[in-house]
Parts: sequence; structure tokens; C-alpha cells
Amino acid sequence: MYFTRLSRLLVGALLAATGSSAFAAFSDLNMPLGVTPISREAYELHMLILIICVVIGIIVFGVMFISMLKHRKSLGHEPAQFHHSTKAEIVWTVLPCVILVAMAVPATNALINMEDTSESDLTIKVTAYQWKWKYEYLEDGVTFYSNLAPSSRQAIYEDPRAVDNYLRNVDERVVLPVGKKVRVLLTSDDVIHAWWVPSLGMKKDAIPGFINELWIKIDEDKTGLYRGQCAELCGKDHGFMPIVVEARNEEGYKMWVAERKAAMASKKVAANEAKKPLEAAPEEQAAVVTHASDLVQPSIVAAARSEKSGGL
Amino acid sequence: MSTATTHDEHHEHHDHGPEPGLLRWVFTTNHKDIGTLYLLFALLMFFVGGALAMGIRLELFQPGLQFLDPHRFNQFTTMHALIMIFGAVMPAFVGFANWQIPIMIGAPDMALPRLNNWSFWILPFAFTLLIATFFMPGGAPAGGWTMYPPLVLQGGANVPFLIFAVHLMGISSVLGAINIIVTIFNMRAPGMSLLKMPLFVWTWLITAYLLVAAMPVLAGAVTMLLTDKFFGTAFFNAAGGGDPVMFQHVFWFFGHPEVYIMILPAFGIISQIIPTFCRKPLFGYESMVYATASIAFLSFVVWAHHMFTVGMPLSGELFFMYTTLLIAVPTGVKVFNWVSTMWRGSMSFETPMLWAISFVVLFTIGGFSGLMLAIVPADFQYHDTYFVVAHFHYVLVTGAVFAIIAGAYYWLPKWTGHMYNETLGKWHFWLSAISVNVLFFPQHFLGLAGMPRRIPDYAIQFADWNWVSSVGGFVFGISQLLFVYIVFSTIRGGEKATNRVWEGAHGLEWSLSSPPGYHTFATPPQVSDAEAHS
Ligand SMILES: [Cu+2]
Repeated sequence: MYFTRLSRLLVGALLAATGSSAFAAFSDLNMPLGVTPISREAYELHMLILIICVVIGIIVFGVMFISMLKHRKSLGHEPAQFHHSTKAEIVWTVLPCVILVAMAVPATNALINMEDTSESDLTIKVTAYQWKWKYEYLEDGVTFYSNLAPSSRQAIYEDPRAVDNYLRNVDERVVLPVGKKVRVLLTSDDVIHAWWVPSLGMKKDAIPGFINELWIKIDEDKTGLYRGQCAELCGKDHGFMPIVVEARNEEGYKMWVAERKAAMASKKVAANEAKKPLEAAPEEQAAVVTHASDLVQPSIVAAARSEKSGGL
Repeated sequence: MSTATTHDEHHEHHDHGPEPGLLRWVFTTNHKDIGTLYLLFALLMFFVGGALAMGIRLELFQPGLQFLDPHRFNQFTTMHALIMIFGAVMPAFVGFANWQIPIMIGAPDMALPRLNNWSFWILPFAFTLLIATFFMPGGAPAGGWTMYPPLVLQGGANVPFLIFAVHLMGISSVLGAINIIVTIFNMRAPGMSLLKMPLFVWTWLITAYLLVAAMPVLAGAVTMLLTDKFFGTAFFNAAGGGDPVMFQHVFWFFGHPEVYIMILPAFGIISQIIPTFCRKPLFGYESMVYATASIAFLSFVVWAHHMFTVGMPLSGELFFMYTTLLIAVPTGVKVFNWVSTMWRGSMSFETPMLWAISFVVLFTIGGFSGLMLAIVPADFQYHDTYFVVAHFHYVLVTGAVFAIIAGAYYWLPKWTGHMYNETLGKWHFWLSAISVNVLFFPQHFLGLAGMPRRIPDYAIQFADWNWVSSVGGFVFGISQLLFVYIVFSTIRGGEKATNRVWEGAHGLEWSLSSPPGYHTFATPPQVSDAEAHS
């Protein structure tokens, strides 16, 4: 069993070494520029402080390397005996303070803006569970659960490269309208989780018994899919609770709400008629879960493993 | 080291040597023996924690799950952190303190030798309890070393073992710290005024106060976990009127001083080594002392920067951002002082100096990423990603661990009486310094690209740099076996070390023979200005 895993590992290493096209992310070096005003503020602050650090680093390490090259015993350099300089010490205490203030001012302004969730256009409540998310659209009355996509789940012990957006795909996407200020309320049903989509620029913990909030306003022209995942260790399947946000224009969003509501209504009827929700077909099971929130979900990875145990 | 210390006895005939046999190590109250025990224990734990790290890097070598199931993976990350922090880094520094503080301040031993024996011998019991959890139903703790409730309370049989192990480690640390404070204030040789003490002694004095203040806070926090789990309290249970975030506040009130507990003694070691190999006095000795004290003070008012995403009020976030930025000032002073010490010195690059120089560069890189993490709006992106993992490994591995290794090479000839193999030492350095950057630098990229920490498996876009990082990790891990070989072959034999060992070394310890007698400075030495702080 370990031998097969090891051989797969070696094959993977070989692929990597030969520069297979599956390995194309060496270029992901920096924080991506997001699609919301606050994610751009975070990006700009990140770049500002990064550049300041690089400049300071070049100066400090530069002085160090000059002295390592020139002031060597092997070159017969005699040691100086100075051991303090009040002037220099004042300069390198005051100067960093000035730089820090220069960084703190824009950071403060950005933070004040980020924490301002007032005047929002719509509110969604996100509840975290081990290990899935529940989304409730408070104004529009839509509720659903969002789980790791079955395709990713099946690939965990097989070939992760064969599926699209491995571990970053869900069965039900969160649909958000572009150009609207969306207030997101976060809480948890069990342990602490954190909701994070990097392109949207905000991460916040979902804590049982508390409600946190953040806001998102996706640029008008940035419809599309944005992916993220739980960012706070939440137990066994912490790595397997992705988030996919689908940004639609206003019409698209309204259409989705209408479809969702119709589907919810018809499935409620169907579920009542069936009266045996646990034996429903797999496609319908997700919908049933929507109404039976106390239904215990088996561990994602354990399920994947039991499905695949024959092959391992 | 045992053989080395015994054959020196006949030089000082009134000096009784160690007890024969293994029981010597159980009953010893000698600071050198206890220092050796601490250091060897730390080395053992470094490899236990390192083996867990190898398991983590093996699982993360490529996407998909191959070696560890997710629950086991979480046990590995949790135990790796606990063992490295409490088992490797902290005991290693206490080992240095035991060996060096008495011989640096001209004291015959530590002030409280029996307490000293106890503070060491508690540790093997603590770690037996902790590591035994791997063999229990449900396995080892898997909720992260930060032990956040409610997750940590989902642990099974391991919870009480974890908590009692933390209690024991805390008792051991506090006893050790009290001993160090009492020794430094009462046992200095005449003429060794506080501002003449070597910087290593100063940093440890300040660290000891941090330990005394911080460890009981941790003990309190985990005791509340214990009563929440077993005695029906609800300190951290929202359903019972408690607050899970309060645990994080209490934990990090301990946790941030803990960070400096692991780095201030490293600053001390580096401040001893750099002047020696620059043949030039340390630049800004007094500002080093004040900077250390300021860092220690500030460490108590920055704790919530570890938890910017829990949803604090705006004013709280601003306060912790400003105080955190402020720490850059005294830390910067230290780096500038080290660089100024090198400036116009007469440098040579023996193994300890190589480690010390790489400490200054790589620790500073860790400091830079720390500064970035302090900027709250950007931290909302960095938080709980591999960027944080890269940051604290730069500070703790290329910071604390590199300083420990530098100090080991620096003082090993004094302790054993033998020179280590310089060629092998340099091999160890270059292999480690290169591989550690291959290991941790790409983790910055992973974090910025959005990879959360503490996940056993990841999306395909993270595969490349994880593969690189794992390769670096394996090379770094294997390179450390070379260190064990070098240390043990130096203990067994080798070229005889001179008393001074290093041409530019200053300080009382270098006036002793190499190795020093089992008991030293039975009569206090005269502290000349030349031998005062370097
Ligand atoms: Cu989660």
C-alpha cells in the first residue's frame, strides 16, 4: 500500500522536475489584486510595506556585506575600537519611528473603511459547521448549504490533478450581485472557523455564540467566480471546506434568487411527499439537507476513503 | 562531556568530581551537569519534533492524501509545535543559561542547585505524558498548539494529558527562571556590576522575568480548559455564558511574551559571538540592554495582533497595530548595533560566526514579515496563511534555532575541551543555510497566493512551491544529523582547545581551563575591565 503511494510520489516528483504543464504556478509570487475596493487597499498597503522593508533590507544587508568583504582579518584589516555613537543611535531610533508613522496613517484610514459595514444593500448570514457552510440571504429568503464538490472528494486518494479546481469547488455557490454593498454576518454552530475569499479582501472568524461582520462590494465589471476556503483550524476536515462566490450582475442575481426560491418550494413539497428523506437520490440529498440541518454529515475525507479503500 | 570534566580534576586537588555512574545525572546539582542534561534533552526533542515536521512535509509534498489522514496530520502539526517550543528551543536556552551564567558572572554554581535539578527532571515526565498521547485512543492533541476552544475540547483522552504536560513544563520553566534571577542578583563576582554583565546574562535576566510573568497565565488558561471539559464550567463555552475568544486573549497574553522568551536569549548569544569574531567591542552595549528591556515590556501589550480576525472593536485593532509597529524600533536598534559592530572590525568566519551572520540576515527577514503582519488591513489577507508560517519559522528556526547552533559551536570547545571539526561545521552551516531558505522562503509565496496554514491537502495552484518547500525540508532535516555527529565526536575527542579558544573572546568563562573543572570560581575572580562585557 505504501509502495504504491511512494511510487505515485516519485512520479509526481519526476513530473515536477521535468516541468510538466501541471506545474504552472511557480509564477504565483505575490498577493493577487482583488476585485473589491478593500482588497485593493490591502494590496496597496502590502506593496507599500513590502517595498519599505526591501529598501531597508538592501541598506542594512548592504552595509553588512561591504564590511564582510572589506573588514576581514584575512585582508589584514585592523579592528577599530569604537563602541558607541550617540548621534547614530538617535538617528536609527527616530528614523524608524517616522517610517512607522508614515505606514500607520494609511493603514488606519484603510482599517476604518474596512470596519464600516453601515449602509449595506443586502445581508447574508454565514454559519460554519464541521465541515460545510450554510448561507442565508436575509432579505431574499434563500437558504442553502455549501459542501466540498463530490468531484474533489473523490480525487483526494486518486488523482487531484484530474479534476477542475481540486478542493476549491463546491456543490452550491454563493451568488452575490456586483456593485452592491453586501454585509456578511458570520457565526458558527460548533468550533471556530474563518470565512475567506482572497480576491474579496477580508477574512473573519466565525465563532460559536458570536456574530462577526464584514462587507463586500464587488466591482461592477468583475462578474465571475472567486474561490477561497476556511482559514481557521476547525478539526479533521479543515482543509476541505471551500468557498466559491459567483458574482453576477443585478439581473442575473435576481434570476438566481427566483430560481432558488422556486426550487426550494418544489423540493419542500417533494420531500414531504417522499417522507423518506434519507433514501432520496443523491442529487436530491443535498436539497434535503437544506431542510434537515440536524442531519449528521459523515466526515468528508472518511467518506472518500471508504469509497476508495478497495483501490488503495 | 562527562569524560572531559573528570580528567580535569587533578588540576584542582580540593575539587571533588562528579559521582560515578549513571545516578550522577539523576542526583546532580551541578550547573554544568544540569546544563548538559538540558542541552541533550533539547537535542533529542529537536529530532522528535523534526521527525514530525518531516511527516508534515512528506504529506504536503504533492496534492492529495498519501501518508497521513487529516486527523493524524493535525496531530503532527500540533505536536511538532508543542515539542519544538517547549521541548527543544526553551530547554536549549535554559541549558545555555545553566552552563554559561555562573561562569560568565564568576559564580561557583546556580543559587538554588536542588531546585535546578528538579526544574530539569520535571521535563522528561512532562514530555512522556505529552508524547504518550500518540498511543491513546483518538491519538495526540490535534487542535493546534494554540489549544483554542471549542476545538481542543473535542479531543478525547489526550486533553488532560496535554493540560498536565503544559502545567509541568510551566512549573519547570518558572523554577528555572526564579533560579536564574536569584543567581544573577546574588552570585556575581565583586566588580561585576549589572552594566558590566555580558549581554547573554542580561537577555536571560529579562527573559526570566518574562517567564515568571507569562507561564502562570498559560497555566491559568489551560486549567480553565480542564474545568470546562471535566467539571461543568463554561469559561469558554458561549452556550453557558462563556466566551471562546477570551481564551485567545488569555493565551496570547502568555503567547506573545513567549515569542520573546524564545528570541531574547538568542539575541544574547549573537551579541557574544559577533564581537568575538570582529575583534571589536559590541557596539551600543547599553542601548542593547535598554532595547531588550523595551522589547520585553512591549511584549505584554501587543498580544491581540495574533487575533486580528476575531472581530475586535476598531479601537482595539488600532491599539494593537500601533504597539506592534513600535516593537520594530528596539528590534531595529539591535540589528543596527550588530551591523555597526561588524563595521570596520577585523572579521573572520569560523562556524559560530557564520551561523551568527546568517541569524542577523534571516532573523531580520522574519522581522520584516512581522512588520507586514502588523498592518491590520494587510493582515486580514495574511492571517492564518503560509505567510504566517514562513514568518514565524524565519524567526524561530533561522532565529532561535540558528542562535542555539551558533552558541553550541561557540562554547562547545570550552565545555568539552576539544575543538569541533571546522570543515564539517562549515558543511553543516552551508547545507542548513541554503536548505532552510528553500524550505521556508517559498512559503511566503504560498501564503500570499492564498494557501491557509494547517491543511493536509491543497488546491493544485499550490503544488509547485509545496514541492520545493518539501525538498528543502528534507535536506534541512538530514543536514541536522551532521550536527549530532559533530557534537558527539567533539565530546569524545579531538584537537585540544586552548583556554581562550577564540582569539577575540572576552569574558570570565575564557579565563577558565577548557574544559573547566567540575567546580569553578569557588573563590570569586577579580573582574578586570578587559574581561567585562565584550
Ligand atoms: Cu472550518
